[in-house]
Amino acid sequence: MGVTAILFWILSSLALLSAIMIVVSKNPVHSVLWLILVFFAISGHYLLLNAQFLAIVNIIVYAGAIMVLFLYVLMLIDLKKIVDPQRSLWIKLVGVATGCCLLLVLIAALSKADQTTALTQTIGGNIGLVENLGKILFSEYLVPFEISSILFLSAMVGAVVIGKK
Amino acid sequence: MPIYYYIVLAIVLFCIGIVGVLVRRNAIIVFMCIELMLNAVNLLMVAFSKMHHLKNAAINASAGSDGQLFVFFIMVVAAAEVSVGLAIIVMLFRNTHSVDINFLNRLKH
Amino acid sequence: MKEFLLVILVAPFVGFLINGLFRNVLSKKIIAFNACGQILISFLFSLVVFSTILESGGAIFEYYNFIKVGSFQIPFALQIDQLSSIFLLIITGVGFLIHVYSASYMKEESSAHFGRYFSYLNLFIFFMLLLVLGANFVIMFIGWEGVGLCSYLLIGYWFKNTEYNYAARKAFVMNRIGDLGFLIAIFWLIAKLDTTSFSIIFSNESLAKLSTLDITAITLLLFVGATGKSAQIPLYTWLPDAMAGPTPVSALIHAATMVTAGVYLVARCNVLYSLAPITQTIIVCIGLATAILAATIALKQNDIKKILAYSTVSQLGFMFFALGLGAYTAAVFHVITHAFFKALLFLGSGSVIHAMGGEQDIRKMGGLSKKLKITYWTFFIGCLAIAGIPPFSGFFSKDAILVSAFAKSPALYFMVLLGALLTAFYMFRLLFITFSGSFRGTKEQQQHLHESPAVMTLPLIILAILSLVAGVIGIPDVLLNGGDKLSEFLSPIIFVNNEHQLSHSTEYLLMGLSTILIIGVIVVAWVLFKKYKTTETVGIGKFFENKWYVDELYNKTIVNSINKLAKICNDIIEKSGIDAVVNGVGRLVHYGSRQLRLLQSGQVGNYILVMVLCMVLVFSFQFIFKK
Repeated sequence: MGVTAILFWILSSLALLSAIMIVVSKNPVHSVLWLILVFFAISGHYLLLNAQFLAIVNIIVYAGAIMVLFLYVLMLIDLKKIVDPQRSLWIKLVGVATGCCLLLVLIAALSKADQTTALTQTIGGNIGLVENLGKILFSEYLVPFEISSILFLSAMVGAVVIGKK
Repeated sequence: MPIYYYIVLAIVLFCIGIVGVLVRRNAIIVFMCIELMLNAVNLLMVAFSKMHHLKNAAINASAGSDGQLFVFFIMVVAAAEVSVGLAIIVMLFRNTHSVDINFLNRLKH
Repeated sequence: MKEFLLVILVAPFVGFLINGLFRNVLSKKIIAFNACGQILISFLFSLVVFSTILESGGAIFEYYNFIKVGSFQIPFALQIDQLSSIFLLIITGVGFLIHVYSASYMKEESSAHFGRYFSYLNLFIFFMLLLVLGANFVIMFIGWEGVGLCSYLLIGYWFKNTEYNYAARKAFVMNRIGDLGFLIAIFWLIAKLDTTSFSIIFSNESLAKLSTLDITAITLLLFVGATGKSAQIPLYTWLPDAMAGPTPVSALIHAATMVTAGVYLVARCNVLYSLAPITQTIIVCIGLATAILAATIALKQNDIKKILAYSTVSQLGFMFFALGLGAYTAAVFHVITHAFFKALLFLGSGSVIHAMGGEQDIRKMGGLSKKLKITYWTFFIGCLAIAGIPPFSGFFSKDAILVSAFAKSPALYFMVLLGALLTAFYMFRLLFITFSGSFRGTKEQQQHLHESPAVMTLPLIILAILSLVAGVIGIPDVLLNGGDKLSEFLSPIIFVNNEHQLSHSTEYLLMGLSTILIIGVIVVAWVLFKKYKTTETVGIGKFFENKWYVDELYNKTIVNSINKLAKICNDIIEKSGIDAVVNGVGRLVHYGSRQLRLLQSGQVGNYILVMVLCMVLVFSFQFIFKK
C-alpha cells in the first residue's frame, strides 16, 4: 500500500466520519464545523487527484465563504430560544432505512457496471492546474462563465430582497 | 486508485446526505446535507475526469478538463443557491421564530 | 318478379316513413291518400304476383346476406309460393279496405295523431308482408316481432287512457312469452341443421337428420309461439283486451291478419308437424278447448267488440283444431273466409259504434236495423257467414273442418259441432240484441243515429260480397267435382291426405245435420233475443260473463308470483346487491380520496421521503429487470 493509498483511506474515513457527525450532532454549530471538516477532506482528495485549482476553490468558496455564511445565519438566529426540532423515532428509522436501501441499490447497480476497475490518475496529470483550466475556461467556456456571473448577480439581488422583507 | 473506490465513497457520502435530509427537521442542517450531497457529486466528477484523462491523454492533452470545469460551475451555482436559501431561512425565522421545516407546509393550501 | 316482391314489401314502408315523419305537416287528406295508395300499390302488385304464381309456381329470391357468421349464413330472402301469395292477397286486399274505412272512421282525430295512426297501420302491413314473404325463420321472425310491436302501438293508440296502455302491455308481454318459444325453436333448428331456410329444412335430407325428439320439441316450441300470436289457451287473454285499440285496427290486426300468423306458421311448417303426432294431438286439444271456451265466454259478453274478440279466439281455435288434424288446407281456407267475414263484422261493429257515438254496450242498443240499413244487412251477411249457413263462405270452410274432424273421430266432430253451434248462437244473439227490438240508449244517441258515410259502407259491401262468395274456391268435391280449387292450388306446399275419404252420403249427412242444427240455434236465438231486456245473469252465465275467471286465475297465480319475485329482486338483488356495489364504489372512492388527501401534508420532508423511496424503486426496478 503506497502513500497515495494510505492518504486516500485516511481522507475517506475522515470525510465519512465527519459526514455522519453532521447528521447526528445536536448542535447546529457543531454540524457546521463537521461540514467544514468534510470539505477539507474532499479538498484533500482533490489534491490527491492533482486538481489543485478545485482544491483551492473548494476551500475558499465552500469552507471559506459558504460555511461562514452558515455560521452568520446561525448567529442571527438565537439558538437558545428555539428547541431544536426533532422528528419522531419512527420517521427517523424510516429515513435511515430508506437511505440504506438507496445505498444498497446503488452499490448493487455498481457491481454490474463495467469498467469499474479503470484507474484514476493520482498525483500525476496536469489538467487540474490553474493554467490549463484557465485556458479552457476563458476560451471554450467563456459564455457560460459570463452567464454564471449574471446568475451570481441575480442571486445577490434575490438574497437582498428576501432578507429585507 | 481504482475508480471503484471513488464511486463507492461518493455514493456513501451522498446517502449520508439523503439520510440527513430525511431525518432532520432543522432547516439549516437540511441545507448543509444538501451541500454535502453536492460535494459528493463533485468529488465523483473530479475522479471521473482524472480517469478520463488517464485513458485519453495520448489523444488529447486536455482530456477530462471538462469535468473539472463543471465542478467549478457547480460550485458557482451552489454558492448562489446558498445565498438565496439562507436568506429564505432567515426570513422564515423572523416570521415564525423557528427553523423547523414542518412550518413550511404552505404547499398544502 | 324479384322487383315486384320488393315493391310489395317496400310500398307500405315508404308510406310509414312519409306519414310518420311528416305527420305534423301533412293534411289528413294527403295522409289518408298516401297510406291507402301505398297499400293499393302493394295489392295490385300482389295480384300480378298471384297470377304469376298460378302459372309458374313459387320461387325464392335472395337479396343480400343478412347475417354471416363463419359458415353459417342467413340471407335476406323472400319466398313467394302458393301459401304466401294467398296471405299476400288477404293482407293487402283486406288491409286496403280497412285503410279506406279508417280514413273515415278516424277523421275526428287531430292531424298529427291521424298521421301516427296511419303510419302504424302501414308499418304493420309491412311487417305482416315480411312475415309471410320471409324465406327463412329469421326473416319471418323479424316480421313476427314487428307485427307484435305494431299491435302494441295500435292497442295503445289512445295512450292517454291508462287502461288501454295496460291492455297494450298485456298483449305485448303475452306475445313475448310465445315469441320465446319461437326463438328457441329457431335456435334449435340452427343447432341441428345449421340453417333457417324453409326450403332446406323441409327437404327430405334435412328431415332425416332430425330425431323424433327434435321434431316434437321444435314443433311444440313453434306452436308456443303460435299460441301467443294467435291467442290460444293459455295465452289468449290479451286478444279481448286488445279491443282497446281503434275498431279498424281490431278488424285488421286482431281478426283478419296478425292473429292468423300462427296458423300461417303451422301451415308453413306442415311438413314438420305431420311428423310429430304428439304435437298434433296437443294442438287438437288446445284448439278445441280454445274454440269452446272462447265461445262460451262470448255467449255472455255485452261489449260488441268483446263478443267479436272472443269469437275471433274461438275461430282461431277452429283453425288450430284443423291444423292439428292435419287438415292444413281447411285451416288456411278458414283463415281466408274468416278474414273476410270477421273484418266485415268488426267494421260493421265500428259503424255501429260510430253511429252510437262511441257506445259499445249492446244492452244500450237495439232496433238499429231501421237506421243503419247497409250496416245491418252487411252485418247480417257476416253473421250468416260465420255461423256457417250455405252458401256463405263460412259454411264451406267450417264444413271442411267438420268433415276432417269426423274422419278422425265422431267424438271430435260432435265437440267441434258444439263449438260451431255456440258460434251461431252468440253471433245471432249479438245481431238481434243490437239491431232488433226497440232502442234502449239515451234520447241524444237516438237523435244522433245515422248511417255511416259511403267511404265506410263501401268496404262493408265489398267485404260482404266476398264473405258471400269466397266459399267458391273450396267447394268440396261432393257438391262439385273439382270444386276444391284451394287444395289443388296449395298442393305443392301442403300434402293432401286422402286416406280418410268419407263416403258421399256421410258428407251429405254431416252437412245437412250441421246446417239444420245451426238454423235451429239461430231460431232459438231469435226467440230469446228479438225483444231483449236487461236481466241479471246468474249461475253458469255469470261464470261465462266473467270469462271463466281466467284473468283472475292468471293474476293470482302467475302475475302475483312474478310481482313477488320482482319485489324480491328489487329489494334484495337490486337494492342490497347491485345498488350496494354501485354505491360501494362511490363510497370507496370517497373514503379513499379522504385518506389519500392526508398524503398531501404539505410537509416537505414527507415529500422528499416519498421521492427517495420512488428513486429506490426505480433503481431497483432497473437493476432487477435490466438484463
